[in-house]
Amino acid sequence: MTDAGAAAIEQAELGPVGGTAAATPPIPGVAAGGGWGLVLRSSLRFGRTRLGLVIVVVIVLVAVVGPFVAPYSPYQFVAAPYAPASSHIVLGADELGRDVLSRFLHGGYVILILATLATVLGVGIGTIFGITAAYRRGALDELIMRSFDVLLCFPAVVFALLLISVLGSKLWLIVVAVALTHAPQVARTMRGAAVQLTGREFIGYTEALGIRTWRVVFGEILPNVTAPLTVELGLRMTWSIGIVASLDFLGFGRQPPAADWGLMINENRAGLTIQPWGVVAPVIAIALLTIGCSLIADGLGRAAAGIEREVDTSREP
Amino acid sequence: MVEQPLVSRSSTPPRRIPAPLLKFVLRRIVLGVVIMFVISILVFVATQALPGDAAVAKLGRAATPVALAAFRAHYHLSEPAIEQYFSWLGDLLQGKLGYSLSAPESVTTLIGQRIGNSVVLLLFASLIGIPIAIALGIVSAKRRDGVFDHATSFAILGLAGLPEFVIGISLTLLLATNVVHILPATSLLNPQQSIWSQLKLVLLPAFTLAIAIAPYIVRMTRASMIEALESDYVAMARLKGVRERRVLLRYAFPNASAPTFQAIALSLAYLMGGAVVVETVFQYPGVGLALVSAIQNRDLPTIQALVLLITLVYLTVSIAADVLTTIMTPRLRTQMK
Repeated sequence: MTDAGAAAIEQAELGPVGGTAAATPPIPGVAAGGGWGLVLRSSLRFGRTRLGLVIVVVIVLVAVVGPFVAPYSPYQFVAAPYAPASSHIVLGADELGRDVLSRFLHGGYVILILATLATVLGVGIGTIFGITAAYRRGALDELIMRSFDVLLCFPAVVFALLLISVLGSKLWLIVVAVALTHAPQVARTMRGAAVQLTGREFIGYTEALGIRTWRVVFGEILPNVTAPLTVELGLRMTWSIGIVASLDFLGFGRQPPAADWGLMINENRAGLTIQPWGVVAPVIAIALLTIGCSLIADGLGRAAAGIEREVDTSREP
Repeated sequence: MVEQPLVSRSSTPPRRIPAPLLKFVLRRIVLGVVIMFVISILVFVATQALPGDAAVAKLGRAATPVALAAFRAHYHLSEPAIEQYFSWLGDLLQGKLGYSLSAPESVTTLIGQRIGNSVVLLLFASLIGIPIAIALGIVSAKRRDGVFDHATSFAILGLAGLPEFVIGISLTLLLATNVVHILPATSLLNPQQSIWSQLKLVLLPAFTLAIAIAPYIVRMTRASMIEALESDYVAMARLKGVRERRVLLRYAFPNASAPTFQAIALSLAYLMGGAVVVETVFQYPGVGLALVSAIQNRDLPTIQALVLLITLVYLTVSIAADVLTTIMTPRLRTQMK
């Protein structure tokens, strides 16, 4: 491919192909020396990021502490189906007469665990392959990036559904499927950040010493790209929650009678006009969680871009 | 750049596609075909791995061995996998998508009408979402750092991460059931009637998708408009006394439109995935809902056909977007050698 062609594609592919869209933050350069700690700290200067953090902490607390404070078992029948809210069932009953509040309190932590695992796995795979591609260049680079290009052609949900249609809906498969939808885009970003490093002297030095690829990748390059890595983690977490919850909603995630926010929305939709709480409570929780994550991811992106700018100006004579 | 032939040196030389650009376009198309080929192998291998016997699945457990053998022979099921793949691919290229395992019709008839319905849905989502998103982006850029800009960017940030089904269910709560009831909550189209006579059923899913794609377009438009508004030619136009409206729409926007266009194309490609969830939320009989039901019924030929169809559209839109962006951006166009 000509350089111009590649440049055109880079230009053309500025945005996340598969995502709703928080615009991809500018790739922070190498020089973001402070790493993730500095990015996190400077992101907290933004009021929005603090708001996002508060929202996420509240929802995570509800999901984690919830199962211990729930008034009933999530499987216990406590009232008539779609019984309205009353003094002993604060949010009413669901389509089978189970307590909506108890099911709501039990229904969040699995989504959080799956989304976190998928994010860590996806960003991990993407980072390792992206950095290795940037460091080794040549045929390996082409092979890695072109393989990821193929994965990029599947919309995220469709790719996950394809895997699930083959292997059945299993929780580990959801983690792997969601992770694989993240990996290509992460690899692209991390490759972009790492390529700027590979020409630097300390990398040349390690080459002269004959140090192995994996040690250069993990020991030398990775510590210098933690700023874009942090941004990717924030962004990918938002989308992981969305995809995991969507799969639950479509009925390909956790199976009944499990208490799960995505599944609850699907189960209680028929009673929307009579007893909306079975739908409203989990919808609000998922909405707040993704909004909070978006706000944090945006703050991280701004912070990383800002750090780069500060370093850049300081370098000028 | 290619030398223009001497003959055409009139006041308006005929426009020709420069050779480097043509080469770039051809490369993208060839690469796209290669990727599609790889994807067809992936989809075939993946669906081959499914446990269970397709013949038994289609004909039922009570089928006689003779019937099963005939079925396997007809669908090449007992041949080696590679031969099966090529006969499958050959049929596919001729438009023969095989027979649905769960419905007594061919996959082509099964998804034919669904494709039309999905196209109408995506069309409406784009017609509603894109103009509003571009307008919001332009106004935000114009009133940069003002109240409107901050409010928009905050709202956009909140909407950007929301899963489509959350948007869909929220709209249902607001517009179709609990708060006000002005639109139907489900979009069960009557297949006997033309979709154009049932447009009310298309609105709610279209709104949902419009909201899902808007944030990215708003952001890209705003960013590229801000860049354009800071340029010398905009300053010059303003100094000449050109009206602000004209400065925005005639001077700044055309120069800022390439990234916006790119964002729109990516959003259209993205809609293919979003449609799967949104069509299920509203039970809208499109390609996405067909995919979800095919997976629930483990209907292999239909899953294969739909996944290939969706990725084909996705890939085509991305390539078209790359090519058009390159043509629209003089900097990228002239860099080519």
